[in-house]
Amino acid sequence: MRRLLLATLLVSAGAIGYELLLMRMLSIVQWHHFAYMIISIALLGYGASGTFIALFKSRLESGFEAAFATSALLFSITMVSSFALGQRVPFNALEVVWDSRQFLNLSLIYLVFFVPFFFAASCIGLAFTCRRRGISRIYFFDLFGAGLGAILLIGALFAFIPQDALLVLMTLPLIASVIMSTQSSARAPLITVQFLWVALLASGILQNQLGLRVSEYKGLSQALQVIGSRILDVSSSPLGQITVVESPTVPIRHAPGLSFNTLHIPPEQLAVFTDADDMSAITRFDGDLNSVGYLGDVTAALPYALLNKPDVLVLGAGGGSDVLLALYHGANSIDAVELNPQMTKLVEETHAEFAGFVYEDPRITVHTREARGFVAQSGTRYDLIHIGLLDSFAASGAGVYAQSESYIYTKEAIREYLEHTTDGGLLAITRWLKLPPRDSLKLVATAIDALRTMGVSKPGQQLVVIRSWNTITVLIKNGALMADEIQSVRQFARSRSFDTAWFPGIQASDANRFNLLREPYLYDGTKALLGPRAGEFAERYKFYIQPATDNRPYYFHFFKWATLPEVIALRRVGGAGLIEWGYLILIATLLQAAIAGLVLVLLPLSRVKRVWPAGTGPRMGAYFLLLGLAFLFIEMAFIQKFILFLSHPLYSVAVVLSGFLVFAGLGSAWSERLAGKLEGNDRSPVAIAVGGIALFAIVYVILLPLIFQRCIGFSDPVKIAISVVLIAPLAISMGMPFPLGLRCVAATAPNFIPWAWGINGFASVISAVLATLLAIEFGFVVVILTALVLYAIAALIFVSSTRPGSPNPLRQ
Amino acid sequence: MKVLTYLLLLVSMATSADEATHTVARAAMVEELRRYAQILDGPDEARISDAVMAAMNAVKRHELVPQSERRFAYENRPLPIGYGQTISQPYIVALMTELIEPDVDDVVLEVGTGSGYQAAILAELVGHVYSIEIIEALATRARQDLVRLGYKNITTKLGDGYYGWAEHGPFDSIVVTAAAGHVPPPLIEQLKPGGRMVIPVGSRFMTQTLLLIEKTESGEVITRQFGAVRFVPLTGRH
Repeated sequence: MRRLLLATLLVSAGAIGYELLLMRMLSIVQWHHFAYMIISIALLGYGASGTFIALFKSRLESGFEAAFATSALLFSITMVSSFALGQRVPFNALEVVWDSRQFLNLSLIYLVFFVPFFFAASCIGLAFTCRRRGISRIYFFDLFGAGLGAILLIGALFAFIPQDALLVLMTLPLIASVIMSTQSSARAPLITVQFLWVALLASGILQNQLGLRVSEYKGLSQALQVIGSRILDVSSSPLGQITVVESPTVPIRHAPGLSFNTLHIPPEQLAVFTDADDMSAITRFDGDLNSVGYLGDVTAALPYALLNKPDVLVLGAGGGSDVLLALYHGANSIDAVELNPQMTKLVEETHAEFAGFVYEDPRITVHTREARGFVAQSGTRYDLIHIGLLDSFAASGAGVYAQSESYIYTKEAIREYLEHTTDGGLLAITRWLKLPPRDSLKLVATAIDALRTMGVSKPGQQLVVIRSWNTITVLIKNGALMADEIQSVRQFARSRSFDTAWFPGIQASDANRFNLLREPYLYDGTKALLGPRAGEFAERYKFYIQPATDNRPYYFHFFKWATLPEVIALRRVGGAGLIEWGYLILIATLLQAAIAGLVLVLLPLSRVKRVWPAGTGPRMGAYFLLLGLAFLFIEMAFIQKFILFLSHPLYSVAVVLSGFLVFAGLGSAWSERLAGKLEGNDRSPVAIAVGGIALFAIVYVILLPLIFQRCIGFSDPVKIAISVVLIAPLAISMGMPFPLGLRCVAATAPNFIPWAWGINGFASVISAVLATLLAIEFGFVVVILTALVLYAIAALIFVSSTRPGSPNPLRQ
Repeated sequence: MKVLTYLLLLVSMATSADEATHTVARAAMVEELRRYAQILDGPDEARISDAVMAAMNAVKRHELVPQSERRFAYENRPLPIGYGQTISQPYIVALMTELIEPDVDDVVLEVGTGSGYQAAILAELVGHVYSIEIIEALATRARQDLVRLGYKNITTKLGDGYYGWAEHGPFDSIVVTAAAGHVPPPLIEQLKPGGRMVIPVGSRFMTQTLLLIEKTESGEVITRQFGAVRFVPLTGRH
């Protein structure tokens, strides 16, 4: 038994680690949109393996050790080979609006990555099925392994590059296979294959196949195509892979929003890519501010035209461009906040000489912290809080981030920033300009909403919007703008041929003068959003521009279904840029998850004998379907919500996923005891569990924002501990309804058990994606409340079916 | 000998059949563009001229795309050409060409040769095209393709387009087909007074707008951005 427990732990750790690692690796080679697809794929593996075991139970039972060892070995092999193969699928996300074959490629990726999870799940499923006596211990080691796997992976990502972390991770199921094969009847062939696999790994052939094949359309790939460009260094951590590129032949010149009138050319720069995209630049600085004179001619320089020697907070310091911008304009002090320590190290140490030892300037203090957390905890008030451009125009413009949470640009965030400015201080945000305006108007709408929640009756008096041909800078003042400040804005914009889209007292003739648009979209939009019919305007606008909030932090989401037919039709006449393909991929993922779930989980179950009381199947099916949907809705909503608190999607996935697994497992174990205690009692254990879920979920909906606000500035380990404590009671309650239902079914309709697993697995597969979609459309609160309604219906089904006299097999 | 003759005949028939198919497809593509041209966007309600249409009909796009993409050569969409680059959507190419108002005596600078397609279209319409490419493999391939197709009024070079090509400037027009984070000041300098520069804005496969930069006779710079045809961001009354 000990061997089995250890093997289970290793496989389980490998599975969760692989899930997280895939998210990391696919974020580098493609974009963030794969993250939620991976969760769905992993669940599909578990669902399909349940069906597989149900179908071949007797054969697998007789050769349990061999089956376990084989599955573990195949898991190890496919962890590596699926990644190598998956990278070779020619999926080009940017081409989905042109080429329907890309959806086929997306499905191929889905299936390729399904395979390793299928084998991992088969090991666990086999252990449960074939060693029923030790089920509670196996379950514990399974869940403990999952938690361990998450921690191990995060640790491995600090120590290794992702490809090497994969090689570390694949040894876990390999060891599990070795352990189990010693007792197996097929020992000899298993050991031979294990040996061959190790020999293949030792030969280094596989490692060559694991090099990350970054999409050729990502910024890093494009930069490396340029003659003479080369990678100077690469560093990796769970927060991202940072690559520094120099290009001596064709210098990198990153100066978003540079005026046509400028007489300055940006000096030599090093490009810094995060996850092979989102370029920022380290600018060569020799201490002579004249050498970076171009910084006076970018839209982001606007706030400095209104301030004299300000105390500045730069959020998202990146390669230091915005810090240099502040220095150039004579800032009195600069607090530079950067989440990723590797990024800071580049400017502070690795390329310090190139950057002119800029961070050694006594006016600058660098803080390696998450932006929202830093502001929430800061007791300082600044004359200027500056948020620059940290994503690439190409990615931003193509809708890459459609389903990415961004807690930097929400109403609550803007309010918090403003509360940390001095009286008369400024918040300045620069974004890429998409046309017709989308995120720019969403930013304006969010700022207006934030000001209104602060009791400002005339937000238009505190707002300035200017634009170049490709950037927009929004200023929000903590107080009304004065006449001389407005004059400075006008002078700044006019001398650089930037267009003003809003300042207090602006006339239509002031907008759309230098970079002519067919209509003064931004001016019209801002005016409408400040007017009494703002709601109607937003409703009629063809993109979704309602303010981003912490409940719905999808700042980059502009998709409206009503607009889709029009923009699809217009793609052949220059309208391709109007389509938000990230959202379309999410829809496609949902469809393929549903199809894959049906084909791989439910359809094979039709071979299982259906012997249970007539008419009860739909009820039982509905019960397990609702549980699958509801569980994942809450889990996914929490993953997305905890990104704000834990600062990074990977941390959030690791903590929330393993937290839910471990504590739901504990809940599952305790459900037996609860059911025993309530035997003969009128109260239903499912009703009690669902009551607990509702209580904790509603309390969290109300209290989590406050808890996050209070605790966001704590260190990462403390925040992780707080997260675990918060997740525990909810997850324990959520772990109960499924085994309680299964227990009843086992007693009265055992043939239904594979169906219960299958239906629940199928629901989980689609729910992982559906939850993200619902969160984007309606916010986390609605996702959580929907889950509660589903749980309530499930409880009603359970209670009504377990009443004395009910023919339903949920009744024992 | 007879066998060889038959084989040659077969190859030649297949080739000419292939060419005929491409010619028909190209004509269909141009017809599609002509339909769109009637609804062209822009403050000046510009239309794609017959001259530009003729150029679009003359240039063999299928000769400038990778073999694997040839069957899509005359679809009105961008296609991958390797190295993370694309051959632009024909509609966008026609529009960009139209926006610079090409004239037979014009000397035009292109920044970003890519496949050579835009250069070839321009070469059908203007006096001379100078084209710069920073990706070596693309520069070599485009140069060879353009020579093979017989374009004598295109000069290409491998290099940094940021500084333009001062020895052949100033230019009547400049077409930037490469991504640009900002408009290089040297390019504005190398634009003749009264000249026009056009830049696509957006990602590969998804051109968002076209940026038209006009340098007035007095040297003032005015820019305009053209979006998708007929797209008005507000529904209902506006």
